[in-house]
Amino acid sequence: MSNAAEGEIVQFDNVGLRYGTDREVLSNVSFTLFPGGFYFLTGASGAGKTSLLKLLYLAQRPSRGAIRMFGSDAITLPRERLPALRRRIGVVFQEFRLVSHLSAFDNVALPLRVAGVAEREITKPVADMLEWVGLADRMHALPAQLSGGEQQRVAIARAVIHRPEMLVADEPTGNVDPDMAVKLLRLFEALNRLGTTVVVATHDVHLLKRVPDSLIMRLDKGRLSDPTGALRYPPRVPRPKGEAL
Amino acid sequence: MASSLPRFVSPGAEAELIPQGRLSGPMPWVIAIMVALTVIAAAAGLAFSNTARNASDALTGGITVQIVNANPAERDRQAQAALRSLRATPGVVEATLVSQAEIDRLIEPWLGAPTGEGAIPVPALIDARLRDPVSGEMLGQLRRTLRDVAPAARVDAQSTWLKPVFSAIGTMRWLSIALVGVLAFALAAAVLLAVRTALGTNRETIEIVHLLGGTDRQIARVFQRAIGFDAAGGGAIGLALGLVVVLLLGKQFGGLGAGLVSSGALGWLDWILLALIPVVGVGLAMFTARQTVIRALKKML
Repeated sequence: MSNAAEGEIVQFDNVGLRYGTDREVLSNVSFTLFPGGFYFLTGASGAGKTSLLKLLYLAQRPSRGAIRMFGSDAITLPRERLPALRRRIGVVFQEFRLVSHLSAFDNVALPLRVAGVAEREITKPVADMLEWVGLADRMHALPAQLSGGEQQRVAIARAVIHRPEMLVADEPTGNVDPDMAVKLLRLFEALNRLGTTVVVATHDVHLLKRVPDSLIMRLDKGRLSDPTGALRYPPRVPRPKGEAL
Repeated sequence: MASSLPRFVSPGAEAELIPQGRLSGPMPWVIAIMVALTVIAAAAGLAFSNTARNASDALTGGITVQIVNANPAERDRQAQAALRSLRATPGVVEATLVSQAEIDRLIEPWLGAPTGEGAIPVPALIDARLRDPVSGEMLGQLRRTLRDVAPAARVDAQSTWLKPVFSAIGTMRWLSIALVGVLAFALAAAVLLAVRTALGTNRETIEIVHLLGGTDRQIARVFQRAIGFDAAGGGAIGLALGLVVVLLLGKQFGGLGAGLVSSGALGWLDWILLALIPVVGVGLAMFTARQTVIRALKKML
């Protein structure tokens, strides 16, 4: 069913996106993501990073172009098949988007419950994950009772709890202290070593240097540039995986 | 710990995803009022149906023969002759001369008690029952038969007299059915509005669940369950209220002692039908909620 090269997880081909009748916020965006890759998406505010991520986590359909994800045509994919695709993606939203009336525990457990995981198989992994992000003692707190940094850690825990094949994070370290930022980056790297493709949108240049094997895609006024060869063909081969989280 | 946690997919606690206070509000009470009114309207419809059916059964084969003659002796002679002739006529299964005492009792409310010689002459009455429903042909044949023995006889089908009453009962019955339909529509509309409001209020949560891979059916089930609980509670209250009103009305009408009214009493099947109204109400509310949510979600990616 796919005519894309084997192993590609995401392929954008001349993708354009406009909201309403405004000018395009993304123009002729073409790139390929491979399983196990660690990608940074950089660019100034308003460059289109969040719009590109929205296309990646299937919150938006493009105005033109072609997108293939996990071997499926994401443009023509019937609506009822989108949830199955979305469950393969973990998302850290820029504004966290925690469910306000659910506790930290229940927010983190949400992807597992949506996927129909039995309750007895939810408690321990969620508690472990919250402990890992340093919120073991805050698991019953509502989002409104958490600080910005704590909310962000809950959002990250929610995004990775179900071990997604691809993790998409929009400024994931924007509200945490430097130590926690490094710690979260280590979590992303650990997930990446397990085979998860990681896409992190950030304008934190220090973050880019901390993952040596990462590829950088730069957006400038809706157009993609390629300072590290992330978009070149044939692509760089992702490094071997296998280390445990 | 897990048992105290709200669940999303597991049965029994999905509704926790949507805070119940936001969805419920006045809904159970609106549903209670709708169900109570529906029960009363349906009870009225069933009572009218029973009245029409019982009266029709009683009057279908009935005829009344009046001997209209001012001379009491001649009136009695013709009445006896007509009675004998009717009893000898094939197809007539029963013929009874209504006693003078019974006639006096029937007309007393309108004409007062008879006062001897000065009393207004009233026709002699014969109540007869035919084997088959009364037809125009049969009536004509009886009139011809009686003309020779009782020239003052007037033969009428009993159902003819009550035709306007049957017509009115039929109208009331259809009115009740229409009322039940309107109330069902109103219930669906109320649920639709409540669900739309809840969808708007919880849009952010729904979007998040969608982006985490939640399906329309999972989200619809949350709303369906919440509305189902509201409808079940409201339906039970509404049924209780409706039944109290129906019982009180039944007692009032029963006290009238009028045959036609009493014949509308509800049977056990009717009570079962009334008890099923909240069940249907719950089903209708849940179906409406599901369709509303599914339709709204289809507009989202």
